[in-house]
Amino acid sequence: MEPFVKLTGIVAPLEALNVDTDQIIPKQFLKRIERTGYGDVLFYDWRYLDDGKTPNPAFEMNAPRYKGASILLTKNNFGCGSSREHAPWALHDYGFRCLIAPSFADIFYNNCFNNGMLPIVLSEAVIETLFGEVRARQGYALTVDLPSQTITKPDGGVIPFDIQSFLKERLLNGWDQIGLTLRFEKDIAAYEARRGIA
Amino acid sequence: MAKNIYEKIWEAHVVCAPEGQDTVLYIDRHYVHEVTSPQAFEGLRLAGRNVRRPELTFATMDHNIPTTDRSLPIRDPLSRKQVETLKANCEEFGIVCFDMYDPRNGIVHVVGPELGLTQPGMTVVCGDSHTSTHGALGALAHGIGTSEVEHVLATQTLLQKKSNTMEVRVNGALPHGITPKDVILAVIGKIGTAGGTGYVIEYTGDVIRSMSMEGRMTVCNMSIEAGARAGLISPDEITFAYLKGRPYLPKDKSWDELVASWREWASDPGCAYDAVVALDASEIEPQVSWGTSPGMVTGVRGRVPYLAEIADANARLAAEKALKYMGLEEGTPITEIRINKMFLGSCTNGRLEDLRAAAKVIKGYKVHPSIEQALVVPGSNQVKRQAEAEGLDVIFKEAGFEWREAGCSMCLAMNDDRLNPGDRCASTSNRNFEGRQGKGGRTHLVSPAMAVAAAIMGHFVDIRDWQYK
Repeated sequence: MEPFVKLTGIVAPLEALNVDTDQIIPKQFLKRIERTGYGDVLFYDWRYLDDGKTPNPAFEMNAPRYKGASILLTKNNFGCGSSREHAPWALHDYGFRCLIAPSFADIFYNNCFNNGMLPIVLSEAVIETLFGEVRARQGYALTVDLPSQTITKPDGGVIPFDIQSFLKERLLNGWDQIGLTLRFEKDIAAYEARRGIA
Repeated sequence: MAKNIYEKIWEAHVVCAPEGQDTVLYIDRHYVHEVTSPQAFEGLRLAGRNVRRPELTFATMDHNIPTTDRSLPIRDPLSRKQVETLKANCEEFGIVCFDMYDPRNGIVHVVGPELGLTQPGMTVVCGDSHTSTHGALGALAHGIGTSEVEHVLATQTLLQKKSNTMEVRVNGALPHGITPKDVILAVIGKIGTAGGTGYVIEYTGDVIRSMSMEGRMTVCNMSIEAGARAGLISPDEITFAYLKGRPYLPKDKSWDELVASWREWASDPGCAYDAVVALDASEIEPQVSWGTSPGMVTGVRGRVPYLAEIADANARLAAEKALKYMGLEEGTPITEIRINKMFLGSCTNGRLEDLRAAAKVIKGYKVHPSIEQALVVPGSNQVKRQAEAEGLDVIFKEAGFEWREAGCSMCLAMNDDRLNPGDRCASTSNRNFEGRQGKGGRTHLVSPAMAVAAAIMGHFVDIRDWQYK
């Protein structure tokens, strides 16, 4: 997994509550057996008109000013619903590396860390301010620094954020979860022996 | 000290808790289906890893499979490939797979309990958010992503942080016409779709204690719709009676020994929770969702909200967007909402008891002429056989409902069963998200009895007034 240390990137706004994983990637795209190639169908039903090809001009993120965005700014309970990891795969494939919202759904939040993406929780008030600033200035970019747990705004303002230390370590080092756990193979074997799992 | 069931199961499954990292938690039962597993098996192959305990993992195909004639090949080449890939992966790694021709096949969350694969005190995971269903048996069960599926296959463990616990207590007795589906929709309506985030819910109270296992599964199933990854119920005599005689119970213990060991998992009297929510069953009405999130729900005697009533600006925006998608006017009484499709099935409401309740309602009636499709999809092959043995299929067919093969079907519309743009469906499934049952389709979540009653009348009706024939 690629590590996440520091990122400076354009911010794209997605103004919706409870964005579920069916919206992030609809089910017809879950039939593939690969991990990659989902970026083009991210937010498919919102992003394209009914022909499935023409970008929907009403979908804010389609505006040229947000092209190349790597930070997604959104609202409460992002990623709710299905456990499909295709959702973080699609966000990652599109180019997002960092997501900022007042809250995330549990399973989705975990899935992000297994794909080298950083979900950041900030207060609703701070998020509202960021929405205003992003829209007010074309090319609005933030710098996210994981070691210092800070976000730096274009005006130099700094927003601190919290993250569990273990999740932070995993992202900083790009650790493979399975590799981490296999260091405790002896403990797993001992546990199984204790339970009589042979 | 008195402990709740979550604390007991957690403590019994800690492999190790290394300094500075998440706990390594042992997984007793792992279910796999065709949609969220291919990349996990591929990951194992690429890393040269094996499945640590293939005998603890069971696979079924459910999301993609047709509910029509199974003797024909799956038409969609991508669906067919995914189903074939699961079969090949299970053969390669030595995992039992209930393929679509197997009499044990069905929706993973229906099959696991009915085969006795899920038992009290187990840790259960699956790459599927409705794994919370298995909590009804007193197991700690939740959905995981595909990377975690691979992790469980390789290590039979998960890296986990201990959750907070929430007691959802439903007091009183269920009034006539009120079902477990109405209970859980009312819970979600009360605490919100993110109300359970970060928590494991334990459902308690008189209503839960007197509820059947199938009803408990309906309740636990939708815990994820309240944001809680897991929802569970302490095992009791109803749990044990349900499990008795199921094929995959341990063979090395007597029945009495099993029951005694299962009983230990139940929450101790006086145990504590991090949060408590209480509901009075007598206040629960038959529920109907009006929006595009399961929390957008009200009683059948209610109406679609007026936007001006919603104080929070974000919630108002969400409701406005939902009403536009749903094609509903503010203030519309629920009983004036007309439907043209109906779906009875899913891991939420595709069990025998659900089919029985629905059959009782429709007996002697015909589907309303305005209904273009009314699908009945059993949750598993076993449910289908049992229903047919009781003659329920005949009742459905005589009333004008389609009787299909088992599977996930129109709950998420990955196979050919789906809504067309603008269709309005009374559905017993779990999610009313935009496009969930087909692009442009409009879903109203209801109980089985409410769904079929709407199919008979052409619009939602209060099931408490139903004239049973």
